[in-house]
Amino acid sequence: MNKMEKALHELSEMDDLAAQESPIHNLHPLAKLLATVAYIVTVVSFDKYDLTGLIIFVLFPILLFQLSGIPVRTCFYKLRIVLPLVMAVGLFNPFFDRAPLFMLGNVAVSGGVVSMITLMLKGVFCLMAAFLLMATTGIDKLCAALRMLHLPPMLVTLMLLTYRYVGVMTEELAVMTDAYHLRAPGQKGIQFSAWGSFLGQLLLRSMDRAEELYSSMQLRGYHGHFHYVKINRIRPADVLYVVACVAVFVLLRIVPVTQLMGNQFVG
Amino acid sequence: MIEFKHVSFAYEKNAPVLKDLSFHVKKGETVGLIGANGAGKSTVMKLLLGLLSGEGDVLVDGTRVEKNTLGQIRKKLGFVLQNSDNQMFMPTVYEDMIFGPLNYMLSREEAEKRADAALEQLGITDLKHRHNHKLSGGEKRMAAIATILAMEPDAILMDEPTAALDPYNRRVVINTINSLPQTKLITSHDLDMILDTCERVILLDRGEIVADGLAKDILTDKALLEAHRMELPFCFAGRA
Ligand SMILES: Nc1ncnc2c1ncn2[C@@H]1O[C@H](COP(=O)(O)OP(=O)(O)OP(=O)(O)O)[C@@H](O)[C@H]1O
Ligand SMILES: [Mg+2]
Repeated sequence: MNKMEKALHELSEMDDLAAQESPIHNLHPLAKLLATVAYIVTVVSFDKYDLTGLIIFVLFPILLFQLSGIPVRTCFYKLRIVLPLVMAVGLFNPFFDRAPLFMLGNVAVSGGVVSMITLMLKGVFCLMAAFLLMATTGIDKLCAALRMLHLPPMLVTLMLLTYRYVGVMTEELAVMTDAYHLRAPGQKGIQFSAWGSFLGQLLLRSMDRAEELYSSMQLRGYHGHFHYVKINRIRPADVLYVVACVAVFVLLRIVPVTQLMGNQFVG
Repeated sequence: MIEFKHVSFAYEKNAPVLKDLSFHVKKGETVGLIGANGAGKSTVMKLLLGLLSGEGDVLVDGTRVEKNTLGQIRKKLGFVLQNSDNQMFMPTVYEDMIFGPLNYMLSREEAEKRADAALEQLGITDLKHRHNHKLSGGEKRMAAIATILAMEPDAILMDEPTAALDPYNRRVVINTINSLPQTKLITSHDLDMILDTCERVILLDRGEIVADGLAKDILTDKALLEAHRMELPFCFAGRA
């Protein structure tokens, strides 16, 4: 397998994950979508120094990992590229915000350090939640759920096709890199001088394929209205899930549980 | 059912690909469209489906193929593309198969029934839930044929249906073609397959019809075939 095929394989692994069975997988996609959005909004809304309040929110992804049987390892492996970027966001805070916030033993912890950690956690939490949504739902059901929220059909179809199109382009890239390396043995990567024609070809080829794919869709009666996968009716359990999630999030947002617990021990 | 009346077509100016083509395929007929590489076979298919438009008239069931009749015409035609990779776009074979029927307002149950029947007919029920991009070339082709059968079209167009198939699956496809009551237009370089499936053959060379007649006449005419960059089917070629 070359690199591109690996990438393709990883993409299809997301579909495989979504095809598994678990109580979380079985929840209505709309319920999962709403709960995830609620989670992200709550997490993001925390104050930049409110590390103690935020930390308890790690429980939601942990619970989901447990219940859905999706390995935590897989999540971090798949997010390995974006994770560092998200983590890098708050990296400079310690340099700008040096005012000591509290003392840890003899060391003064500055506001910058706390806000850096808070920012990083926010990023990681949100990514995990989004990953879990995707891994337990799948792109098709997710799009169906978005349609239920009355997002414009054009937008949703575009999203779905973009997701597929990444696959098409990766496939073309895989074929082309193989063809290149078969005739350039021992070469690492693709020579700079060949980049221009390589990229041009890639674009043309994937455009050709996209066009043929599109006509194949048209020939089978596609007129801009996509029939998304069948999803079950909304059951009481789904409603309960959303309500419970939102209630817990709000509660944890308002009541500083971690602090209270801490006070129990300390004081 | 399918009629070409003085059809000409060019992708680029001054390089005509089809020149004044006329033929008529009757309902229920199975016609083989043969010719060397670049003769214009795939182009004929695309004109018929309204993916391209040229000069002259292309008629399906007496209706001219043009912009406002496309929906109606495409519903009657099922097209198996030369490259199956470009035909399948849903994640799994099954989802691809119900895509067409759902677009034609069938219920999901009905669509699933059709999909199952088509898989059964081709003997590939085990492919139902496989991921499209993990199929082998031949499996993809079988699945692509299945997606078209599931649409139950009035006429089936196949561009190279047996390319990339092993002898067993090639035979399955030939038997399937023979068992389908629909009108069929098939292009192929596999002349033995054409001989096994088509009673009539149209021979195309550089965009012109050079012969149109019974398969058993044209496919045994060594001089004619060789004059147009073709060879006898293997079963007649004899062994040296
Ligand atoms: N998109 C295009 N742009 C320009 N020329 C094209 C295009 N597609 C095909 N042609 C040309 O049109 C001619 C007929 O092509 P067509 O694909 O119909 O051939 P074919 O009979 O199907 O050949 P094959 O047996 O190789 O599939 C060829 O000379 C080809 O180079
Ligand atoms: Mg062709």
